[in-house]
Amino acid sequence: MKRLLLVCLLLLSLPARAVEPDEMLSDPALEARARALSQVVRCVVCQNESIDSSGAGIARDLRRLIRERLLAGDSDQQVLDYLVVRYGSFVLLEPPLEPATWLLWAASPLVLLLGSIGLVVMLRRRRALLPAAPLNADEQQRLARLLDGEAP
Amino acid sequence: MAQRAFGRRLLFVLPVLIFVAAAVAFWLGLAGDRRPDSIPSALLDKPAPAFDLPAVEGLGVPGLKTADLAGQVTVVNLWASWCLPCKVEHPLLVALSREAGVRLVGIDYKDKPADARAFLAGLGNPFAAVGADADGRAGIEWGISGVPETFILDAAGVVRFRWVGPLNEVDLRDKILPLLRSLQ
Amino acid sequence: MIPEFGHYALVLAMVVALLQGSLPLWGAARGDQRLIAVARPAALLQLLLILLAFAALTWSHVVSDFTVANVVANSHSTKPLLYKISGVWGNHEGSLVLWVLILAIFGAAVALFGGNLPASLRARVIGVQGLIALGFLAFLVFTSNPFLRLELPPPDGNDLNPLLQDPGLAFHPPLLYLGYVGFSLVFAFAVAALLEGKVDAAWARWVRPWTLAAWTALTGGIALGSWWAYYELGWGGWWFWDPVENVSLIPWLCGTALLHSALVVEKRDALKVWTVLLAILAFSASLIGTFVVRSGVLTSVHAFAVDPERGVFILVLLFIAIGGSLVLFALRAPALKGGGIFAPVSREGGLLLNNLLLATAAATVFVGTLYPLFLELATGEKVSVGPPFFDKTFVPLAIPLLLVMGLGPFLPWKRADLGALLPRLALAGLGLVAAALVTALLLGGPVMAVVFLGLAAYLFLAALSELAERIRLFRGPWGESWNRLRGLPRAALGTTLAHAGLALAIAGMTASSAFKVESVIFAAPGETLSVADYQIRFEGVDRRQGPNYTADSATLTVLADGTEIATLRPERRLYSVQQRLTTEAAIRTTGLGDLYTVLGEPQPDGRWTLRLYWEPLVPWIWIGALLMATGGVVSLSDRRLRVGVARRRQAVAAE
Repeated sequence: MKRLLLVCLLLLSLPARAVEPDEMLSDPALEARARALSQVVRCVVCQNESIDSSGAGIARDLRRLIRERLLAGDSDQQVLDYLVVRYGSFVLLEPPLEPATWLLWAASPLVLLLGSIGLVVMLRRRRALLPAAPLNADEQQRLARLLDGEAP
Repeated sequence: MAQRAFGRRLLFVLPVLIFVAAAVAFWLGLAGDRRPDSIPSALLDKPAPAFDLPAVEGLGVPGLKTADLAGQVTVVNLWASWCLPCKVEHPLLVALSREAGVRLVGIDYKDKPADARAFLAGLGNPFAAVGADADGRAGIEWGISGVPETFILDAAGVVRFRWVGPLNEVDLRDKILPLLRSLQ
Repeated sequence: MIPEFGHYALVLAMVVALLQGSLPLWGAARGDQRLIAVARPAALLQLLLILLAFAALTWSHVVSDFTVANVVANSHSTKPLLYKISGVWGNHEGSLVLWVLILAIFGAAVALFGGNLPASLRARVIGVQGLIALGFLAFLVFTSNPFLRLELPPPDGNDLNPLLQDPGLAFHPPLLYLGYVGFSLVFAFAVAALLEGKVDAAWARWVRPWTLAAWTALTGGIALGSWWAYYELGWGGWWFWDPVENVSLIPWLCGTALLHSALVVEKRDALKVWTVLLAILAFSASLIGTFVVRSGVLTSVHAFAVDPERGVFILVLLFIAIGGSLVLFALRAPALKGGGIFAPVSREGGLLLNNLLLATAAATVFVGTLYPLFLELATGEKVSVGPPFFDKTFVPLAIPLLLVMGLGPFLPWKRADLGALLPRLALAGLGLVAAALVTALLLGGPVMAVVFLGLAAYLFLAALSELAERIRLFRGPWGESWNRLRGLPRAALGTTLAHAGLALAIAGMTASSAFKVESVIFAAPGETLSVADYQIRFEGVDRRQGPNYTADSATLTVLADGTEIATLRPERRLYSVQQRLTTEAAIRTTGLGDLYTVLGEPQPDGRWTLRLYWEPLVPWIWIGALLMATGGVVSLSDRRLRVGVARRRQAVAAE
């Protein structure tokens, strides 16, 4: 069944292939915003693609929708919110910062922090064992005499 | 000294623990009825989205708009004539429409009126109303990723359930009908 | 007959793997020389058997034997010969045969070239290899038999996915597997060391060449995959943070960290526990990657075979291999005695910082890739983690990493005087500032471009400065510099090449992301369009017939300043058997960038959509990767790496 559904969606996907000239807005600033937004919106029927680069019919519809909202004067965040209301946070390629994703966003800095602390602790322990400075000439002579069995 | 040794030991066990957590997640992730590519509806427990669709030309049943969805438990089915799974699930919809107290309405997604009429003429029309969504905008309002999809709304017009893909007898019997009864 | 023969060979190989994985390990634990001696012949026999199986499968594909289900599913009589062969590993079952083949090759390599390893260690390494092979062969034999026959052979096959019928993609899996499976050997060394209870400089010396070999292959494999995606998928992107791409990056990051930390074990007898852990993690990451690709647990454009039943099998394999080795680690690693003492600012310190950053990077990619799965299982909520997330978390880690990479080769062991070192980086620092200023003021680039182009220039110059110092370039006669270059330890030359290569690749990545120019228009034949500094005259579209496809082929004449400089022919192909449409971009590569052209949809009014891109410095990515791989090969050719314990003192004296 899932395969048949995919077939339906594939049929949707043949005509368009990523952004088409007739979708583009005439205002370059708005169009640039539309492209930037499209690149962070997930194509909901594809395997891990943005709507900017997807050929699916829904992707095209969503691209058009974004441009319509921009023309209507929405801010970037408002456009994204509009999509999230309908599709959930799943539709954003950048996970929003919310309690459910705190662990995700914190992971990298946390690992870095813990690793750095571990590193510093380890280095401190080793430094305690390190001689303070290389021996000077005098000390070297003393060492040589000691090694030869003579009095230092 | 013993404390530090214990702390050190703990550190060595950490990789295994992390791996076990990941492995458990993988195991659960392989569980049978999980579908990596279906997304839950953002509309659940929210009122039906705003839309207003004209009737399908020549079909004989009225169009569909948001206001129509309140007042009675309603099943909304998004379908299209070019969609094979829709054809497969259609007899189940016809059977469902005969259940007491169930109002079944449809949204014809990105379709041509003539094709839609032919589809329903051939397989039967279970819908009390069908909205023609020629450009797919209403589909986006419902947050669909393709057709068919089916939504169940309670008498207040709040979305309570979403089903992605064609209906089948087992899930109809085990999930959908009980839910419909409980809502009435 | 031949498929049956191949099947039989596989089953036999599995039995041999069982023996190889049990007897030598038992013998090493007991000190029984006879059992230990089983290792070498077992490894060689296994290689022979799997070679036969692989040959049988390849033969079936090449002659288009449609009684074999695998051939039917993935081949077609009209498919060109190269893709008949590469189609052998272009599917789940066949790729597993390739996997165990490479596993057997590495095992046999240790059997043949590991003469200077102590017998018990060698036996243990081969034994662990045997166990891994056992797992994968069992997977093959019991769930993924490539030699399944069909009672009624169809007249022809289903053909290979047209996207895979491509020279780049033909070689991508073998290189990738050489990398993944190469790490299995390092893993075997780590487990063997834990079993022996001993990790010393000699161990590190043996581990390093294998790690280098695996790392070099993996670098090549990832770069090849990225390059393929770039020219095949039609909009000039080369990395998408797709789960399957990510699971190839994690072993690479671990492997890079391992390369560097093994150095510290070798030279200073320190960081043993961490290095052993990395060796286990690198291969574990490879195994997890195998799982993710073949089980369907994550969505991806790459997903091989979406089959939960197979997923369960691999998961059990994972549990035994990774879980077992990590338990062994928890039990045995605390007993490993650390050695060398060093100051924080020293080469060891630099390598530690390198490892910290690489490990954090690997953890970031790991968490980002698996988080959607974990969250969904925990709360049912679905989120997407895509490129924007990784841009914000992974990319910034590169900044301190590149800085320390430039400084690292200058740092002496044990203790360094930073004040005395920094002037030696003067040229590199100048390069950083110059590149940053040019990017910011002349090119008007975004902040990230300014930072990373600056860092790329810094790293490139730092690597060259260090080499120049070593060979006393400009400080003495040319002849002396030349002699010094020739006498240079190959590993040092390899380092320079690898670091410089990375710098080039980063410059390419940054420039092509930040300064890409795109032009998407409807064009009628005869029209001239422009992108960047080029004019493109659209001559028209013709129909053309290929071996197993028909194509719409556009002719584009490229002009610069009015003079014709090239003709490009982007195509849209329809592969007849699978009825799939692919676009073939036409690319003109120069040292400074790519002119990338794609033929899009035909419009009802006779016009066509044309997508034209100018991608500055994109070839530098591939050249940089090639340079890195070359650095790996050059390092591998260092004679010192093949010297065993007995001759270590001589080699040390020669440094």
